[in-house]
Amino acid sequence: MKEEIVIAGFGGQGVLSMGKILAYAGLMDNLEVTWMPSYGPEQRGGTANVTVILSDAPISSPVLDTFDTVVALNQQSLDKFESKVKKGGLLIYDPSGIHRLPQRTDIKVVSVDAITASVELKNSKTYNMILLGALLKLRPMVEIDAVLRGLKKTLPERHHHLLPLNEQALRKGMELV
Amino acid sequence: MEEEVRLMKGNEAIAHAAIRYGADGYFGYPITPQSEVLETLAELRPWETTGMVVLQAESEVAAINMVYGGAATGKAVMTSSSSPGVSLKQEGISYLAASELPALIVNVMRGGPGLGTIQPSQADYFQATKGGGHGDYHMIVLAPATVQEMTDFVALGFDLAFKYRNPAMILADGIVGQMMEKVVLPPQRPRRTEEELRAQCPWAACGRGDRDHRNVVTSLELDSAKMEENNHRFQRTYRLIEENEIRFKEYYTEDAEYLIVAFGSIARICLKAIEEAREAGIKIGLLRPITLWPFPTAEIARLSKQVRGILTVELNAGQMVEDVRLSAEGRVPVFHFGRMGGMIPNPTEVLEALKNDFPELR
Repeated sequence: MKEEIVIAGFGGQGVLSMGKILAYAGLMDNLEVTWMPSYGPEQRGGTANVTVILSDAPISSPVLDTFDTVVALNQQSLDKFESKVKKGGLLIYDPSGIHRLPQRTDIKVVSVDAITASVELKNSKTYNMILLGALLKLRPMVEIDAVLRGLKKTLPERHHHLLPLNEQALRKGMELV
Repeated sequence: MEEEVRLMKGNEAIAHAAIRYGADGYFGYPITPQSEVLETLAELRPWETTGMVVLQAESEVAAINMVYGGAATGKAVMTSSSSPGVSLKQEGISYLAASELPALIVNVMRGGPGLGTIQPSQADYFQATKGGGHGDYHMIVLAPATVQEMTDFVALGFDLAFKYRNPAMILADGIVGQMMEKVVLPPQRPRRTEEELRAQCPWAACGRGDRDHRNVVTSLELDSAKMEENNHRFQRTYRLIEENEIRFKEYYTEDAEYLIVAFGSIARICLKAIEEAREAGIKIGLLRPITLWPFPTAEIARLSKQVRGILTVELNAGQMVEDVRLSAEGRVPVFHFGRMGGMIPNPTEVLEALKNDFPELR
């Protein structure tokens, strides 16, 4: 098993954290993982992206030019990464603010309206967990349980009351696709 | 603390590894892309557990001179910075080498020259391996490619520095500093006691005690004949290091017809390119120098008799390629492919570069 993913969007959308949670889940499932962020000033606004690789074998390059899965959360990211999905791969995008839709027909394209879903959950911070739920439904590379165990391990104790909300968001995302 | 499997950034791993090695002190000044070293140390508060000193100095120059002072007393001390900050430390590093002091210096390179960019680079290869500061000296230079090596090279760097009484450097880049990977942290080692330190470092300026003389640590020797003798001694040490400490790793070289030489995280990008090329039947091998000084000259010389050509891939305008050419001694063409200013090549670009230099591969 090897899954090469890039998650891209605006700084502040939870792009890097979503990648981190996925990487931790991989660790929980005893996979090899790399998490390579863009660490420029884009973290403070502008576009940010993170490459996550999960594999059951040692990982060579943490830097990639094509991906099994792209999660694009704004127009710039969609424009930049649509062409970089491997043939037969998966492109997930958030339709809000998108005026140029993906064009490719040789990949699976899925629109996930996570903004609306996060409003329904009455917490905009659930946004990236909804997307992660959708991603894991389409590409079950790790167990939901591993995500939750990873979260529990990495979240400070004072945030543990948010674990049920995160699980709810994951499940909501899974229902959306 | 026991051995532990964690997911963390290379920079964070450096901090954890330093504490677990039983280091006595860290002196640094923040700079992207390595600020997490100091941040993690501040968060872990080792002064409350192992007694390790962690200090944010007022500048990089102050930090390296604190290292000089700490090292002179026989303590295991370190500093870290990124390219512009490491330039500032060069005078101190030259003094450390001339005073035959062990110390660990970490450079998480970013794009230069000048203040440059905060993105990854390998453009400090010359600076790290050829001296950097003034005078004839060498540091032992280790190039980590994984977060695990970032961890392991802290102990290795300190051990080599003490073994040869010479500063050692971990020459990393923004990729391996910023990326997270699975890492096995070693168990906690106790810091050396004063008695152990006195026994292991009879040269240390740590108080006269029951010695019959006062240890003086200095790089100054105004008698030229004596200074030449000092230089001869340094050179003998360097020859000894060259004899014993060359480290490298080879991938797919047994049947290789072409060779890529690359260090640090870039070697991993090349490895992916090589794996893709092999699927198409192109037999490329990879040599990854782990010590950049001492350099694996003999091994590259050996491989240059086997392959048709060599390509070095570096995040610079062509630095290590000079050492590779010297090693290949004109037997085969040696080309360089590099990206600069913080740009990173992807595996496809690496393969394209190889095919451009060796058109028979098309």
